[in-house]
Amino acid sequence: MAKARLIGDRTNKMMVQAMERRATDVRGRVFHVTLLVTLLISLFILAVLIVDVVIDSWGFLTGRPGGFLSGTMRSLSDDPKLGVHQALVGTFWIAVFVAVLAFPIGIGAAIWLEEYALKNWFTRFIELNIRNLAGVPSIVYGLLGLFLFVKSLEGLTGGKSIASAGITLAILVLPIVIITAQEAIRAVPQGLKEGAYGVGATKWTMIRSQVLPYAAPGIFTGTLLSMSRGIGEAAPLLLVGAVSGRLGSDSGFFDLSSVTAEHFMAMPVIIVEWVQNSGRDPGFAEAAAAAIVVLLVFVILMNAAAIILRNHFEKKRG
Amino acid sequence: MDVTDTRIDPAGELTVESLMANPRQARKERLIRDSLGATALVSVLISGLIIWSLFSEAWTFMVEVDWGAVWDIGWFPRRGIYDIKTLIAASLIITGIAMVVAGPLGLGAAIYLSEYARPGVRRTLKPILEILAGIPSVVLGFFALEWIAPNVVKTLFGGPAAGSLLAAGIGVGVLVIPLVASISEDAMKAVPMSLREASSGLGARKLTTTVRVVLPAAVSGLMAAFIVAVSRALGETMVVFMAGGAAQTAVYTHDPLDGSLTMTAGMTSLARGTDNVVGEGLTFQSLFFVGLVLFVVTFALNLVADRFVHRVREQY
Repeated sequence: MAKARLIGDRTNKMMVQAMERRATDVRGRVFHVTLLVTLLISLFILAVLIVDVVIDSWGFLTGRPGGFLSGTMRSLSDDPKLGVHQALVGTFWIAVFVAVLAFPIGIGAAIWLEEYALKNWFTRFIELNIRNLAGVPSIVYGLLGLFLFVKSLEGLTGGKSIASAGITLAILVLPIVIITAQEAIRAVPQGLKEGAYGVGATKWTMIRSQVLPYAAPGIFTGTLLSMSRGIGEAAPLLLVGAVSGRLGSDSGFFDLSSVTAEHFMAMPVIIVEWVQNSGRDPGFAEAAAAAIVVLLVFVILMNAAAIILRNHFEKKRG
Repeated sequence: MDVTDTRIDPAGELTVESLMANPRQARKERLIRDSLGATALVSVLISGLIIWSLFSEAWTFMVEVDWGAVWDIGWFPRRGIYDIKTLIAASLIITGIAMVVAGPLGLGAAIYLSEYARPGVRRTLKPILEILAGIPSVVLGFFALEWIAPNVVKTLFGGPAAGSLLAAGIGVGVLVIPLVASISEDAMKAVPMSLREASSGLGARKLTTTVRVVLPAAVSGLMAAFIVAVSRALGETMVVFMAGGAAQTAVYTHDPLDGSLTMTAGMTSLARGTDNVVGEGLTFQSLFFVGLVLFVVTFALNLVADRFVHRVREQY
């Protein structure tokens, strides 16, 4: 028996075609590709930046692998004793100040805001204040350091010293430490806290035994990010008075007297210094690139550690 | 528990006192609470100190300066000419260029990561963007001067191979891309899935859903991203100082291919020029005057952005 035909050949063919046609949404595709391209451009810039810096510094880093780290500031770029040792010492001390001042104060403030503070106008004011501090340009912190630590408290800090610079940068990263620690503490499940109270813990025992251990990875991530921000920051240091050129003697890493000494240098500042020197001595551009590689190694390692740590714990806790 | 504890009735009866906390422990708890509270107050103290240090020196400047010198031909602080419009013009040009670069690139990256990227792709690409966010600004300053200036500004725009406002502006743009991307992405992630599902259910394509539903729903977050980026670009220092193409002084210009000083670069080169910030009369104070202008502008922008962010949170 012949199949009953409900529709004519022509209509049938059109319908089959319509159903079999791959629906290509041209505008949608173009949009999708455009978006991907914008993202890839950003990643491409990052790649070009790193490749450019590595190529510029190649001769320097391969020519004197250890010497660059132990050398000091020189007036000529082809001086074999040229290096970043003074800057490494300065950046080391800045990191110490950030860790000793900003971390405890920042984490303490975060604990208070999340666990103790009443939800009233005063708490909201402090939180708004912290968010605003996070947005204040870094150079304004430099002005604060110049006014307060270099001029007003010169007797304590030694004026244009690494102590002034370290305290200024600790203040600069404090809002970041507070905000990231607050987020980590806020993520602690209410059940854990109630469990601790249930077995008779006091508030502080509960915080110490439940909140802090649970929030530790998040808090640690925040401290890593703020440390990498702190050691890469140059603008406040220029205002607080990192010295150009005539740095005194080179001191060891643990020489306490250098902390309040009148002159200091730091990794980001030595980069600026050498970039400016490259006008009269082009070899300094390579030296600056080499110093950038050293700085980037620290900064990228810290950031990568923070990102990996965060992703790991986010996944683990769903 | 120690049976000699005086708070426990010898007969073994439970009294109100035995339920009260050990006074030593209660004192310790109060002490901890108060010290934590004190650490929180440090942030208020810092804000106070910032405002005090800016105002006290800027006030001296505003009282003593000859205001004709604040609206003049250029920025020559050591000669007593503090033309603020030179600095503001350069700051605005840099910020404009930076937003032209970072606006589309950051927003595009955010839409892609939030709406289009599969989870695996997202997990790989997002961390790379976060690494870009962590690059110190001195590094971008070097990159703007040594790579963007000769390869982009000179070849594409016929500008100088050395520093210029355009080179610095592009550098600042690269710096704020991750900022725009991350705030915009957060805003779009906060849009409830049900809105997207409803749109798809009505037969909308992905493009339509994204452009007509997700973006409008996230608009206050996107505004916040834009404002925060403007504020960051205005306050960015190292890129403009290193690649802005002017040292120490600048004559008024609004040509992006020229070199000039922004507010931030003006302050830095003033503090940098000699070992001490001393010069004719009010040179030191002019630093704080410019700083105050910058602080007030960025503060206002940040407050507005904060409002926008809160609007998103309250809505969903």
